[in-house]
Amino acid sequence: MDDVKEADAEENLTVRKLRERFPGAALSTKSFRNETTILLQAGEIVRASRYLKEDPDLRYDFLSDLTAVDRFQEHPRFDLVYHLYSLQFKRRIRLKVRVEEGEVVPSVTSVWSTANWHEREVYDMFGIGFEGHPDLRRILMPEGWDGHPLRKDYPVQASPKWWEEGGAGD
Amino acid sequence: MTEARTMTINMGPQHPSTHGVLRLVLELDGEIVVRCTPHIGYLHTGMEKIAESKRYQQVIPITDRMDYLAPLSNNLAYVLAVEKLLGIEVPPRAKVIRVMLTELTRIGSHLVWLGTHAIDIGAMSVFLYAFREREQILDIYEQVAGARMMSSYFRVGGLFADLPDGFEKTIRAFVTSFPHRLAEYEGLLTRNPIWLQRTKGVGVIKPEDAVDFGLSGPSLRACGIPWDIRKSNPYSGYEQYTFEISRGTHGDVYDRYLCRIFEMQQSVAIVRQALEHLPDGPIAVADPKLTPPPKPMVKKSMEALIHHFLLWSEGFRAPAGEVYQSIESPRGEYGVYVVGDGSNRPYRVHFRTPSFVNLQSLPRMVEGRLVADLVAIIGSIDIVLGEVDR
Repeated sequence: MDDVKEADAEENLTVRKLRERFPGAALSTKSFRNETTILLQAGEIVRASRYLKEDPDLRYDFLSDLTAVDRFQEHPRFDLVYHLYSLQFKRRIRLKVRVEEGEVVPSVTSVWSTANWHEREVYDMFGIGFEGHPDLRRILMPEGWDGHPLRKDYPVQASPKWWEEGGAGD
Repeated sequence: MTEARTMTINMGPQHPSTHGVLRLVLELDGEIVVRCTPHIGYLHTGMEKIAESKRYQQVIPITDRMDYLAPLSNNLAYVLAVEKLLGIEVPPRAKVIRVMLTELTRIGSHLVWLGTHAIDIGAMSVFLYAFREREQILDIYEQVAGARMMSSYFRVGGLFADLPDGFEKTIRAFVTSFPHRLAEYEGLLTRNPIWLQRTKGVGVIKPEDAVDFGLSGPSLRACGIPWDIRKSNPYSGYEQYTFEISRGTHGDVYDRYLCRIFEMQQSVAIVRQALEHLPDGPIAVADPKLTPPPKPMVKKSMEALIHHFLLWSEGFRAPAGEVYQSIESPRGEYGVYVVGDGSNRPYRVHFRTPSFVNLQSLPRMVEGRLVADLVAIIGSIDIVLGEVDR
């Protein structure tokens, strides 16, 4: 990884404040192309999110995006990626938590309502569960679909079993 | 004995007022919507999955097909993200052309919104006029990119080709005639009593709820939150243009209408400025590993031939790392998250599409309102299902 460096805690207000408030919660911080990524302990995501949203100097009130990356054959297997934005300070920050296959992550729907559909999409596409989500079911794929398409071990081109067998399904 | 007070019906997935294959399960008490549950995914085509198996440049046509009313906006967000990952900046001429064309795209997209939204509410004629003007924009696309809708005109590192001869004349004709046409639409709608009755005070969302639900674009600005990424976090040189952000006060269907009308006027101003200050120079970065050599060179120089061959067979490699780039698309924050692993294909691409996120606040706007209002509200948040489902 070229150009990746440890985010300078002195320079970056968000990193500094988060470190002060939750010592040990941030496992690492990185800066790449002027974007800061903070890797957090999965259990701390809700507390840290609420703090980042409510602190008067930070005010990350807008959850732009929430998605996941399958780091296939590495452990923990999945990266959950949160893109936060502060409407007041016009700043962005990226939070990350790592989760092993089969584990659940606390849901941030109590912090930002918009996380509802994002988390459903992550559940649908990667099979990652969210604890405390009000309505966790598939969103894009049909109900009862087999598998999670954005996992790296899911084929790009394949047909469902009932199709291969010539049936019309139900 | 208790009597069932509510009735549950399906609106969509095949319904003209849902603007695509959107299915809403409605629980109705007479004409009042008690509960509205959107079901999406009918147009899911696995674009993010496909993108992982394509080379970086090959992903561009996929982005066209997401928000098919604003293909160039999608192209722009994606190429900016990959350029950020590569750490390159395109030449000034390419930047200005990109801005000019994405602003025309914004007008074109808002025109489709205006036409279909008005037809939903019963104003037939606006549709015909709006599509007449959109035709001019599609002609411009055809002139520059060769395609009317799926233009794929932007490339990582610049543009597919320079502007053709006579381009300036076509654009000038459009920016001269369009403001008058826009005034005509306003004459038909802005103070029309039927239009006002159908839109004022309908589908209201409070600013704090709008932020909580991640609403962006004109729908957010209609609540009085002046957030426009072109101003707050400028990209592609937007800081050099003079324009204003639309802003509403009530957060209702009518204010969303006013915001989009205002945005079209501002987009015309930006196109004019871009045309005035269009610099000369190259339209792509001069990196043979990234952009193809001029065709005559390929026939003369061995080096150029090799670069050409490698670009088409292998593509270019991007460094390992992750970037997020968002732009102000006609519908709101269009973000692209790209993870590179050092190879010639993206490891992961995620599209944060405004329609997907904005649709989530629909139940909040319609619950407690009439079914007829629901039609007006769906139109007012301006979703494109291709982008919702990806």
